Amino acid sequence: MNTQKQKRIKEILSKKTVGIAGAGGLGSNAAVALARSGIGQLIIVDFDVVEESNLNRQYYFLDQLGMKKVDALTENIHRINPQMTIDSVQLKLEQGQMHTPFVSADIIIEALDDAKTKKIFIEEILEKLPNTPIVAASGVAGYGHSDRINTQHLGNLHVCYDEQAKSSEKDVLLAPKVCLMANWQANITLDLLLGDNI
Amino acid sequence: MSITVNGKTIEHIKKETISDLLKRMHYTFPLIIVKINGKLIKKKDYNETVILDKSEVKVIHLISGG
Repeated sequence: MNTQKQKRIKEILSKKTVGIAGAGGLGSNAAVALARSGIGQLIIVDFDVVEESNLNRQYYFLDQLGMKKVDALTENIHRINPQMTIDSVQLKLEQGQMHTPFVSADIIIEALDDAKTKKIFIEEILEKLPNTPIVAASGVAGYGHSDRINTQHLGNLHVCYDEQAKSSEKDVLLAPKVCLMANWQANITLDLLLGDNI
Repeated sequence: MSITVNGKTIEHIKKETISDLLKRMHYTFPLIIVKINGKLIKKKDYNETVILDKSEVKVIHLISGG
């Protein structure tokens, strides 16, 4: 391991804030990957509670059933890195106000479930926070076909994308692909925050 | 006279709008993000926005799951 490089990365990431919209399969796993990477602050926004059906892919545990996801995720991240600052916001994102929790974020990860909500969220962020990069994901359902996943760059919008995936209503959500795409989003985030010349 | 759509070069058609292009490309997905030369185009403008020659069009299909 290149410890000098690791030190420089740590120094940069410790000053960064990443916003995460949604603490389900994408959001919980991306948050943990970013926490392990040494991001200074996370803003995590979700309205839901942990249910048993979430445990097949989301970063929660049996003894957390019924807890607010933002609280359970904060607890889990603090078990990895107790120093991390987490702004946990229990809130349902409403059209017109979706950008407000993320005003201070350096980058925003779209980790929502429903396609329509994804679209509204992405459009609102692009319009209201035009200088903040968004890392979205589309096509997380199913299994296999890892090679179909790619990144689409549209200016400040970066999409982890499997164009041929089915909607989650018509397919299944399972840990390997959901975690793959969540970590893909976290990896794009590091790329955007660090660049290549560290 | 050509435009690119998701990296693919296709013929540029005069006065073609985004709605026309989506039909031509058989993009029938209900939820998409469209950018032309990096600029986000809102759905309400799809019928009026004319695509100029040499434009770079990106269309992202949003699929439920997260």
